Amino acid sequence: MGNFAANEGLSIFVILVWLGINVFLFVYFYLAFLIERYYYTRVILGHALSWARAPAACLNFNCMLILLPVCRNLLSFLRGSIQYCSRTAARQLDRNLTFHKLVAYMIAFHTAIHIIAHLFNFERFMDSQLMINSSYLPYVLSQMGNNDNRSYLNPIRTNETNPTIVMFTTIAGLTGVVITLALILIITSSMEVIRRSYFEVFWFTHHLFILFFIGLVLHGVGRIVRGQTLESVKVHNPDECHSQFETWGKNGTNCPEPVFAGNPPMTWKWVVGPMILYVCERLVRFYRSQQKVVITKVVMHPSKTLELQMKKKGFKMEVGQYVFIQCPSISQLEWHPFTLTSAPEEDHLSVHIRIVGDWTQALYTACGGDKTVVMDAWTLPKVAVDGPFGTASEDVFRYEVVMLVGAGIGVTPFASVLKSVWYKHVQENKNVFTKKIYFYWLCPETQAFEWFADLLQSLERQMMEKDISDFLSYNIYLTRWKDAEAAHFRVQYEAEDDPITGLKQKTLYGKPNWDNEFSAIATQHPGSKVGVFLCGPMALATALGKQCISHTESGTEFIFNKENF
Amino acid sequence: MGKIEWAMWANEQALAAGLIYATGGIVGVAGQFRGWQFACFGIAAGVFVCLLEYPRSKRGKGTSVERTGQYCFTVCVKAFGPLTRNYYIRAFLHATLCVPGGFMLATVLGCVCLGIASLIYLTAAIHGEHWEPILPRREPPKRVGDSIKEPPQNPPPRPPPELRRKKADKLEAAAYDNPMSVTVSE
Repeated sequence: MGNFAANEGLSIFVILVWLGINVFLFVYFYLAFLIERYYYTRVILGHALSWARAPAACLNFNCMLILLPVCRNLLSFLRGSIQYCSRTAARQLDRNLTFHKLVAYMIAFHTAIHIIAHLFNFERFMDSQLMINSSYLPYVLSQMGNNDNRSYLNPIRTNETNPTIVMFTTIAGLTGVVITLALILIITSSMEVIRRSYFEVFWFTHHLFILFFIGLVLHGVGRIVRGQTLESVKVHNPDECHSQFETWGKNGTNCPEPVFAGNPPMTWKWVVGPMILYVCERLVRFYRSQQKVVITKVVMHPSKTLELQMKKKGFKMEVGQYVFIQCPSISQLEWHPFTLTSAPEEDHLSVHIRIVGDWTQALYTACGGDKTVVMDAWTLPKVAVDGPFGTASEDVFRYEVVMLVGAGIGVTPFASVLKSVWYKHVQENKNVFTKKIYFYWLCPETQAFEWFADLLQSLERQMMEKDISDFLSYNIYLTRWKDAEAAHFRVQYEAEDDPITGLKQKTLYGKPNWDNEFSAIATQHPGSKVGVFLCGPMALATALGKQCISHTESGTEFIFNKENF
Repeated sequence: MGKIEWAMWANEQALAAGLIYATGGIVGVAGQFRGWQFACFGIAAGVFVCLLEYPRSKRGKGTSVERTGQYCFTVCVKAFGPLTRNYYIRAFLHATLCVPGGFMLATVLGCVCLGIASLIYLTAAIHGEHWEPILPRREPPKRVGDSIKEPPQNPPPRPPPELRRKKADKLEAAAYDNPMSVTVSE
C-alpha cells in the first residue's frame, strides 16, 4: 500500500474538517428555525423555511472561504513562515486551486438547494394571500401588519401580484437573481475546456465575482426572513394561542396580536474579512507591478520559444518559482504566469515563453522577434512582473535524493533548479544537502531540446571538469519520432555524442519504464526520503503518484510533488 | 490558446441552462405550483436543449475534446443537417424556447440562462462559426509495397552488446553487416 498517508493524509484531513463544518452548519441552522419564534412562519411555509436557511448558512461559510485560496501573495507569505515548522503543511498550500474549485462546487450545490426551497416559500406565501378566508390561519397571518407595514409576516403584501413580480421587486429577490446569474456564468466559463483554450474569457468572466459579493452582502438587507419578535413571544405564546387566531387582540383574550420583524443581514459578518484580505492582495499585486522592470536580453530559440532576461530592483527568488508578467502595450488587463528559468544566484531573472496564442505572439513581435536588426534597449516594451510565487520546486534541496520529471515545456522549472544546483556546488562550495539528482525529460519533438540541451551540455562539461559527473544523472526520452529521423538515429548509434542533443548521455526512445526506474532508485538509496517532482500532464501525474505510493516501502519513502498552471 | 470560439462557451452555457430549466420545471410540477403547465414545458424544453447541446462541436483550430458517450448524440444532431449546423437558427431556437419560462418563477432562472446562451450563440454565428460533428477518424489501410506480403513483426535479432560496440574502423571484426554504409567521419 505504501505511504499513502504521507502523500495524501493532510489533504484528506482538511477536506474532512471542511465537510464536517458544512454538515454542522447545515444541521444547526436547520434546527434553529424550528423554534417558537418561527412558529407562525412555519405555519405558512412548513419546513421549506429551514431548507432555505440551512444552505444559506453554508453559503455564508463557503463564500467566506472561496476568496482565501486565491490570495497568492498571502499564501506565499504563509508558505514561507510555515515551511520552517512543517514541510507537509507548506505543500498543502500548493493545492489552493483545487480547494478553490471544491468550495465553488459546494457553493453551487447549496445555491441549488436554497433556490429550490425558496421556490416553495414564494409559492406558499402567494397561496396564503390568495386563499381569502378569515378562518384560514395563513391568510389571517398574511393580513397582519397591514396598517403600519412594518410588523408583517408575509413579505408578499397583496394578492394582486405573482411570485415572479415579487422576486423582481424585492431586494432579496433581485440580488438573488443577479448573484445566481453571475455564479452560473462564472461556472460555465470556468469549465476545463474553456479555461485551457480561452484563458481570457475565463479570466474576465470570473471578475463577475465582484458583482456576486456585492449582491451577496445586499441580499439580506430587505430583512425578508421574518419571525415573531422576542417581546411578542413573551406575551403571545404560539403553542397556546395559535388555535385562537380568530380572537387575537380582542377583549377578554390573553393572546394579543403577534408582532413580526425581519432578521438582520448576517452575511457581511462572514465575508467582510476575506473581502478586505482580497482587496489587500490586489493592492499588493498592483504595487509590485508598478516596480520598474528592464528587459536586458531577448533570445529567440527554435521551436518558437522566446527567452526574456530582465532585471528588477530588489527581486529575490527561489528555485522553480513563477512570476506573472504583464505587457501594458499588449493588454492592460492580462497577466500571464511563467516559470522562472534563472537561478537565484544569477543577477537577472529569465523566463522562457512558448509562443502559442495571441498574447505571446504579440510579445514576440513587440520584442522584435521577427526583425533581423539589433534592437535598442529603449525600444523594447515595458513589462511588469508580479511575484515570485512559490511552488513545490522550492523543496528540491530539502531532499537527499531527488527525481525531477519534466514533460515537454514542463521542464522549465527544472532549468532553474539545475542551474542553482550548479552554482551552489561550484561557486560557493556550500555543503549541499542534496546528494543525487535523477533528471527525466520526456519530449515529443527533437527541436524542443535546443535551449535546454545547451544548458545540459554546459553542465555536463563543467561536471566532467570538476569530476563530479555522477551527481546528476539525466535521462532524456524522445516519445515521438518520424521514420526518417529513426533511420538517422540508427546510423548514429555508434557515435560518442548523442545525435540529437550532442550530450554524452544518449537519448532514449519511447516512454520510460517507471516501475524499473523507481525500483532502481529505491535499491540505490535505501532508507532515504526521495522527493519526486513533476511538471507535466495529469496522466503522468497519476502514473507517478501511483508509483510513489507503491514503491514506498520500509526505508525508502517517495514523496510526490506536482505543479502545473 | 487562440482566437475565442464563442460557440464553445455558448455550448457550456446552453447545457447548464437546459439542466436548470428542466430542474425548475420538475420543482414546479412536483410542488404543483400555479402555472405548472409552464413547468411542464420547461421540463420538455430543458431536456431537448440538453440533448441538442450535449455533443460538442469540432473546433476550428486545435484538438476537440468529446464529452463521454457523445457519439450517438452526434449522429442524431448531424441528421438534421443545416438546421443544427447553423448557429443563427440555434440562437433563434433558444430564444423562443426560453420565453415561456418567464411566466413562472420556478423556470425564470432557466429562461434567463437560456437567453444568455442564445446571445452567445448569436455572437458565434456573427463570427461565422458553425457546428461540425466530431466523427471518429477512419484510418486509411496501411499501404505496403507490392513485393512485401507481410511486414516483419519483430525487430531483427541483434548480437549481444559487447559485440555490438565495434567502432566503425573495425568493420571486418564486427558481428554483423551494417545495413547502411558507415564512414569513419560522421
